[in-house]
Amino acid sequence: MPEQKKTHRVLIGKPGLDGHDRGAKFLARALRDAGFEVVYTGIRRTPEEIAAAAVQEDVSAVGLSLLSGAHMSLFPAVVQALKNAGAGDIPVLGGGIIPDEDIDLLKEAGISEVYTPGTPVEKIIAAFRSACEKQEARRT
Amino acid sequence: MKSEDILRGLRDRDPRGIARAISLVEENDPLADEILSSLDDALVAEAMILGITGPPGAGKSTLTDRVIAKYRLKGKRVGVIAVDPSSPISGGALLGDRVRMMGHALDKDVVVRSMATRGRLGGLCAAAGAAMRILASSGCSVIIIETVGVGQSEMDIIRIADITALVLAPGLGDDIQAMKAGLLEVADILIVNKADCPGAEALAMDMESIAREGGSKEKDRAKVCMTVASEGKGIDELLAAIETVDASHRESGERRTRREKAYDLEVLEWALEMIKPSIIEKINTWNHDRKGAPRLQAAKLLGRECVRISE
Ligand code: B12
Ligand SMILES: Nc1nc2c(ncn2[C@@H]2O[C@H](COP(=O)(O)OP(=O)(O)O)[C@@H](O)[C@H]2O)c(=O)[nH]1
Ligand SMILES: [Mg+2]
Repeated sequence: MPEQKKTHRVLIGKPGLDGHDRGAKFLARALRDAGFEVVYTGIRRTPEEIAAAAVQEDVSAVGLSLLSGAHMSLFPAVVQALKNAGAGDIPVLGGGIIPDEDIDLLKEAGISEVYTPGTPVEKIIAAFRSACEKQEARRT
Repeated sequence: MKSEDILRGLRDRDPRGIARAISLVEENDPLADEILSSLDDALVAEAMILGITGPPGAGKSTLTDRVIAKYRLKGKRVGVIAVDPSSPISGGALLGDRVRMMGHALDKDVVVRSMATRGRLGGLCAAAGAAMRILASSGCSVIIIETVGVGQSEMDIIRIADITALVLAPGLGDDIQAMKAGLLEVADILIVNKADCPGAEALAMDMESIAREGGSKEKDRAKVCMTVASEGKGIDELLAAIETVDASHRESGERRTRREKAYDLEVLEWALEMIKPSIIEKINTWNHDRKGAPRLQAAKLLGRECVRISE
């Protein structure tokens, strides 16, 4: 029997009022098809709700999708909410309509990766896989 | 998190500790034994395990959300295990039940855990029993297990739940036909959800007539409830039906009988799970000729003189 590989659990969340959920759902399905267990929160969640769900679901990474332009306040708010929930170690990835000049600022604010339209989905899946593996090794 | 942290977290009802404990058991981590032996049996024995099953889209998650709210009003701490199928091809899963329950996300006394079946048939994942115990042990006195049930073979929920509710909705015709012989027989409560949609009355009458076949005495029959989960209608009546069934099961000893059966079955499954690797090892290393019927080979493999399966 082949050695059983660990199944990665991730959460895809949409904070704030942005209703563009195509990308989030697309990503959730793509990750499922790549072997991930994907918890989806639906649209219009507060950062605190997303953090609480990430903790209860014991995910190895959180992905946030925003196309409305509110990423500069909402992405860091989720990072902070995770810290407040005692889960500041869970990596946060982000994507959506995000101007290039914001990407470095987001990374400084604790978002580990940021991807914008046109990114091949394989690249995004690889980023989630690597984030999960790192987190699972650290967490043991 | 270290093992002491997880055990302490469980005791202190720390959300992260509870969540990690469920994962470690689900992954068969070496720490699983320690976690499982630290649980509070008395709390597990007292908790009410409610199974909610039915075809996709019937409204199980929406209904679960409403039932959680009612039990919270009664001051109960509620655990939810929402099970969705793993993809047989990729092994991944989309766990979307939580979307309907996010209103409780910030309530520390509502613990929702999504789980994938991870290749197990029957609509329930192998670790659901353990997750149920962990949630009960963390103080959840009501535990709701949501599973997709569409066919007769998907009856696992009945074994682990004290009370099983089957959720149906008008417009899911063929699925219901397929279920009649199976799940309908073992459901304690038949819920006709989407009572706001055409066809609900007819479906409820159908269910009533099936329920009547279940026994001549009113109290032996499945209860039929009509709900509009999306509007929160009929939930008080549903809770009343749950309470009636629970009281009658406690009085008749049915609750205890079911728990005992479920326990023994879970022991059997784990025992089989544990001896499986050694048999696989034997098959892999055994120098056999692959001739004749496999069942005869199996007997030889186990050193038996003949095939004897049931006695
Ligand atoms: C489809 C669409 C809609 C649909 C949404 C349908 C739905 N349910 O999603 C509708 C018509 C409803 C709509 C409405 C609006 N829209 Co619109 N919409 C679009 C459009 C054309 C495409 C978005 C899309 O679905 N792309 C396909 C998906 C797959 O791509 P994606 O989400 O970008 O995801 C990719 C990457 O970004 C990345 N990614 C995304 N999320 C994540 C997450 C992680 C963790 C990672 C790693 C990667 C990642 O990976 C994906 C694959 O590469 C964009 C324009 C555009 N070209 O993007 C405008 C756009 C997003 N909309 C816009 C606007 C303004 C609106 C409205 C406010 C318009 C109005 N005035 O009414 C409303 C608001 C709706 C609301 N409630 O929030 C603006 C936003 C401007 C801004 N950010 O400054 C855009 C950019 C158009 C524009 N150029 O002005 N919209
Ligand atoms: N009209 C109507 N729609 C409902 C009702 N209950 C749930 N729904 C909708 O049915 C869909 C499926 O519900 P969900 O709870 O996810 O079903 P599940 O797959 O059985 O868990 C959602 O769009 C709900 O909003 C109801 O009583 N009436
Ligand atoms: Mg559901």
